[in-house]
This record gives sequence, structure tokens and C-alpha cells, in this order.
Amino acid sequence: MLTLLFDGIAYGMLLFILALGLAVTMGLMNFINLAHGAFAMAGGYILVLLMQKAGWPFLACLPAAFVGTALIGALLERTIYRPMYGRPHLDQVLFSIGLTFMAVAAVDYAMGSSQQNVQLPDWLRQRFEFGTGAWMLGMGAYRLFIVVSCVLLALGLQAVLGRTRFGSRLRAAVDDPRVAAGLGIPVDRVFLLTFAVGSGLAGLGGALGADILGVEPTFPLKFMVYFLIVCAVGGTSSITGPLLAALVLGIADVMGKYYVPKLGAFIVYVLMIAILLWRPQGLFSREGKR
Amino acid sequence: MNDAAKALLAPAKWRPWEIALWAAIWAVPVFLGQHAALVNEIAILALFALSLDLILGYTGIVSLGHAAFFGVGAYGAALFAKHVMPDPLLGLAVGTALGAVLGLLTSPMIVRGTDLTRLMVTMGVALVLLELANKFDGLTGGADGLQGVVMGPLLGQFEFDLGARVASFYSLSCLFVAFLLLRRLVHSPLGISLQALRDNRLRVSAIGLSVPARLAGVYTLAAALAGAAGALLAQTTGFASLDVFDFHRSADVMLALVIGGAGWLWGGLVGAIAFKVLHDVISAFTAQYWTFWIGLFLVVLMLVGRERLFRPRQWFKRGGG
Repeated sequence: MLTLLFDGIAYGMLLFILALGLAVTMGLMNFINLAHGAFAMAGGYILVLLMQKAGWPFLACLPAAFVGTALIGALLERTIYRPMYGRPHLDQVLFSIGLTFMAVAAVDYAMGSSQQNVQLPDWLRQRFEFGTGAWMLGMGAYRLFIVVSCVLLALGLQAVLGRTRFGSRLRAAVDDPRVAAGLGIPVDRVFLLTFAVGSGLAGLGGALGADILGVEPTFPLKFMVYFLIVCAVGGTSSITGPLLAALVLGIADVMGKYYVPKLGAFIVYVLMIAILLWRPQGLFSREGKR
Repeated sequence: MNDAAKALLAPAKWRPWEIALWAAIWAVPVFLGQHAALVNEIAILALFALSLDLILGYTGIVSLGHAAFFGVGAYGAALFAKHVMPDPLLGLAVGTALGAVLGLLTSPMIVRGTDLTRLMVTMGVALVLLELANKFDGLTGGADGLQGVVMGPLLGQFEFDLGARVASFYSLSCLFVAFLLLRRLVHSPLGISLQALRDNRLRVSAIGLSVPARLAGVYTLAAALAGAAGALLAQTTGFASLDVFDFHRSADVMLALVIGGAGWLWGGLVGAIAFKVLHDVISAFTAQYWTFWIGLFLVVLMLVGRERLFRPRQWFKRGGG
């Protein structure tokens, strides 16, 4: 029971880091980016490539995955994402679905369709003896590592958004880009940086969770729904909303799959629909925005 | 009749090219019998796209889960044929009715919330149904699909043949009827109020028209049509599998509609034809990676702008967003 709860928390934390970038682009820039999973996949593949081909240690690969994905994100934002900001949501959805299709097919072509294996370092493969689960026990240290790093990341982001000059500029640019630009805030650059960091976080999440989520070409489609659930249920106006939503989702998913495996993701979807009917703006959003 | 009334009525008239196009469409299965299977597929996709057009193009409801109704119609028709009666028209009615019922039940979900919420809820409904169909594999056949669906002859005398000629006429007839119905609908006062609602909900409710009732009604109708499309697929292939609820089906139909252009009825038809032909052509030289090219096509289409693609004169003007 405790093991399951812990696994659920670790899973939820991972989803949070993955979805956070999406929450930022969606809430702050009002852009529905279904291609977010593609960035997470890119992070996972960067990790796999560096570890297998270049022989880098696991810990060194994580920042590399972050930086690499952030660079890709920045490049794409500059070139093709920016014209889409003011468009109707339908255009954005189709555009990003198209990007996702391209990413899936391109990775399939370049890397093959099979799942990539990740060799975790030994210190992450320690076992902690609690609970009565079968194989899940052996992952204790790895999941603990995920939880700790995600908590640190969340705290850090909260501090950056709430306390720093960049955070206040970002919030200003989001609330009203025109006035913010009039005040001398470089709105374009703020958005660019935000998008890059959001993609980077997705890449980091994909790399961090490479062993739990798996690294394969269909990753973006498989987890797209989960990211969207986190954002839709958690609301996109704060960090705490997606965090709680991701935790609930992670725990519900792990527990559901363990106790009623046949129902699979059924519980999660029903829960999502129920919550969205009850609070269409998300559980923790500010009322009356837009 | 004053000028305003004339302006409103003008698009409702049948143009010569519309009649010519329909004549051409009907001519295909008559003269090119060897492509009947493809015609059948296109007709089903076109009907599906038409139903999406009604809610997306005319009413402005974003949906990523339209496959839910398609799937319900398909399973409904297949199960009806297997367990109750093999008559195709009755099965079609059952599939349509099931789609309508599901549409009516889920319509309160799309009345509230933002675009994002609607996207998620519609997608969620389709996913829930997919999980349910997977769970009750005794009834639906689960991942193996529902097999052993044998259809009776159409109208009691036309057997479904392997060359799919009967099937193509059957599907085309349904598409034609649905097209006529929708054409009548979108030019009626109700249809015009739907378009007004898409453009500005607040004003429509200020005029004194009920927004939720209209949304629910049009959603139910679109769901019924999607159910009919699903039923046609199940009947003409004699098979239904989990695939009918899959996400890619919702995405494909939206793609087809967008290629053809949302917001006019021919969009669904033109889009379905273009999509299937594109699929065939691309699959011919790169079967495994055709999604890459379709993705590229989407991205370019969106960057250029949906409305500007078919008006090359505007390519060199600055877009107004």
C-alpha cells in the first residue's frame, strides 16, 4: 500500500515536471501545444544517445537533456511557433498535432521503433524493503531521486516566478502583452525564454523518467493525454494547481492499474471528465479570467 | 423581397457546379467499378467529416473525440446485425440512434467551459468508450475485434459483394441524403443562428435565442450523423474493432475537414477525397512514415493559414491573423 502510494507520488511528480512546460505555454501564452510530448521524447532520446554512444554518466546527461531540448524549443519558437500565437485554438491544435506526427515518424525513421533501454547507475538501483509489491520494490532509490529532484525543481520555479524580476516580467507580459511591451518589457524575448525553459523541463522530465515511462517513438501520443489532463484539471494559472493535479493523477493511475488492471486508464478519464464538468476552468484556477 | 433577404437566400440556391460535381461523384462507382472500395471508404469518411463540419465549422465547437459517436454507431450496427437482425437499413437506424443518444447525453459537457475544456472532455469521452469496449471484450471482441457480422441484402435484394459495388452505392446514398439534409439545415434560420452563435455567443443570447438548446441540438444531430458513418463502416466491412474509437480517427477526420475547409458543406467531401488520395499516394512510396508527410502538410497549412491556401492571390499580402 505504502509502496504503491510512493510510486504514485513519484509518477505524479514526473508528470508534473513534464506537464509544467505545457502549463506555462498554455496558461501564460494561451497556446495549446499538443507537441509538448515531442520535447519530452527528445529529452529521453538525448539521454539514451549520450549514455549509450558517448558513455556519459546518468547525472551528466540530465542537464544535457535539459539544455538540448531547450535549444530545440527556442529554435522552433523563433521559427514556426511565433506566428501561431494569435491564431484560433483550432489552428494551434492542428499545427501541433502535425508537429507531433512529424516528430513521431522522424524518430521512428532515425532510431527505429523499438523501445530504448536505459542503464541506471548502481546507486539508483538500491532496494528499500517496505510494502509487499513485487518488482516495484527494486526501484526505490530511483523513484526517491525523482521525487527529490522534482520537489527541488518545483520550489525553484516557484521562487523564480514569484520573486525574481524575470518572473514578474513574465506575469506582466502574460496578463497584457501590449501594455507590457509599452512599459519596455521585451515581451518577445520573455516568451522565447519561457518557451525554451518549458521545453527544457519537458526534456528533463523525459530523461529523468526514461526508465519509468520508456523511450520510444510513440511517446508523444501516448502521454499527450496525460499532460493535457494535468493542465486542464490543475488549471494553468499557477504552479500548485498542476502539481496537485499531477499528484492525484499519478496516484490514481498507479493504484488503478494495480487494483483493477482491466479497467486501466478508465478511472483516470472518468475522474477527469467529472472534475471538468464540476469546475470547467480547472480545480485551482483564478475565477473569471478571460 | 428586399436586398437583405436576397443576400441571405443567395447561398441557399443550388449552383450549376454543385449539381455537376454530384453527377460526377455518382458517375465514379457506375463507370469505375474497380475503385468501388475506395469510393465506399471516401463516402464514409466524408459523412463523418460532414458531421464534424456541422459542429466545428458551423457552430465552432472544437472536438478531438468525434470518434466516440463513430465507434458507438459502428458497434451498435455490428451487434445489431449479429444478434438481432441482419437488415442493413434497420442497423443503420440503430447506429444513428445510438450516436444521437450519446450525443444528447454528452451535450451538457460541451456547453460549459473553454476550448481547452471542450477538447479534453470530448477526447475523454472517446477514451472512456475505448476503455469500456476493451473491458467488455465478451460483447465487443476486445482487441481482436468483433467478428462474424453477416449483413443481409440491401432492401431485400442487393447482396453486399466483395467488390464493394453495392456498398459504395449504399454509402454514397447515405452521404447524399445527409448532404441534402444539412444543406437545408445550414441555410435555414436555425443554421444561420448557429453561425451567429459561433461568431458571438453573447450577442446571440442577447437577441433572445437559447444558446445551450442550440448547442445541444446541433451536437446531437452531428453525433447521429457520425453514428451513421460508423454504422456504414461496420456494415460494409462486416467488422468492428477497438480502432473505431481510436484517437487517430478523431484526428484524421479533423484533418480531412481542415484540408477541405471547415465552414462549408463541400469541405467535408473535398477534404475526404483529398485525404484518402493523399494517403494512397504517400503510402505508395513510404508506407511506414506517411504520418511525417501528413504532419508536414498540416504544419505548412497552418502556417500559411487555412483560409488562404485556396486563394493564392492572398499569399503575398500580409495576413490579418
